[in-house]
Amino acid sequence: MGNVIVWVIWFLAAGACLGTGVAVVSMTNPFYSALSLIGNLASLAVLFLLLSAEFLAAAQVLVYAGAVMVMFLFVVAYLGGRADAPWAGGPPLLRTAAVVASVALLVEIVVVLGLAWGDELTDPAEISDSFGSPAEIGEAFLTDHLLAFEITSIVLLVAAIGGVVLGTTREKEEEEIA
Amino acid sequence: MDGPDVGWYLIVAAILFGIGALGVMLRRSPLIVLLSLEIMLNAANLTLIAFARQQGDLDGQIFALAVMAVAAAEVAIGLGLIVAMARRRMLLDVDQASALRG
Repeated sequence: MGNVIVWVIWFLAAGACLGTGVAVVSMTNPFYSALSLIGNLASLAVLFLLLSAEFLAAAQVLVYAGAVMVMFLFVVAYLGGRADAPWAGGPPLLRTAAVVASVALLVEIVVVLGLAWGDELTDPAEISDSFGSPAEIGEAFLTDHLLAFEITSIVLLVAAIGGVVLGTTREKEEEEIA
Repeated sequence: MDGPDVGWYLIVAAILFGIGALGVMLRRSPLIVLLSLEIMLNAANLTLIAFARQQGDLDGQIFALAVMAVAAAEVAIGLGLIVAMARRRMLLDVDQASALRG
């Protein structure tokens, strides 16, 4: 019985994930695209939960669907109607090439994964109940992956400084703009 | 493991990556290109977490967290660039932004 419920949840989450993904790409208005991406990230968080990645699911909702997307929506609101570039106004050849290239990429990924992993994807490893819990993630981060942790903090600091530098108008520029 | 095997998650991730790639190549609004990039990064995250579950190894989840941090940095810089473009009254179209072309 529990098995059936997991399958139902999986299908709902995966369907929502793919549906909102298509919506992000096909919406004309960037505001609706950003809203669809929030749905996409939330349904991905459900898939993360099913893969027993509790901490990552929480981080996904808080950091991604929360903080990052709020920033996105602010920028969309700031730019207003101007941001509404037309749907692929380029030559039809380019559009066809884009579709062909992404389908080729998809086929390639599936084939590579199938060839490399096809036989080994049925029996997942036994895991403890605390797999993916904040305590285990924190322990792994602060012992085996300390360097990655520190580098991540520097990357975020550099990005924050870069964002401020890009967002600041210098006086000379202001004259040019005015 | 209850429910679907890891392979099912990988198929969803592959399709999601394809959708994101399509958006990056097809759309001209830099905002939507950035959103499509997020989809691609998240598809990669889903594969990392699926393999972490398959192997029973936490390293994949650590990697996914690092990807999340890099994605947040990328959005901050990308949005900064888009706002700077808009301030200079540039058309928000990735095909028009060709000043740095060699």
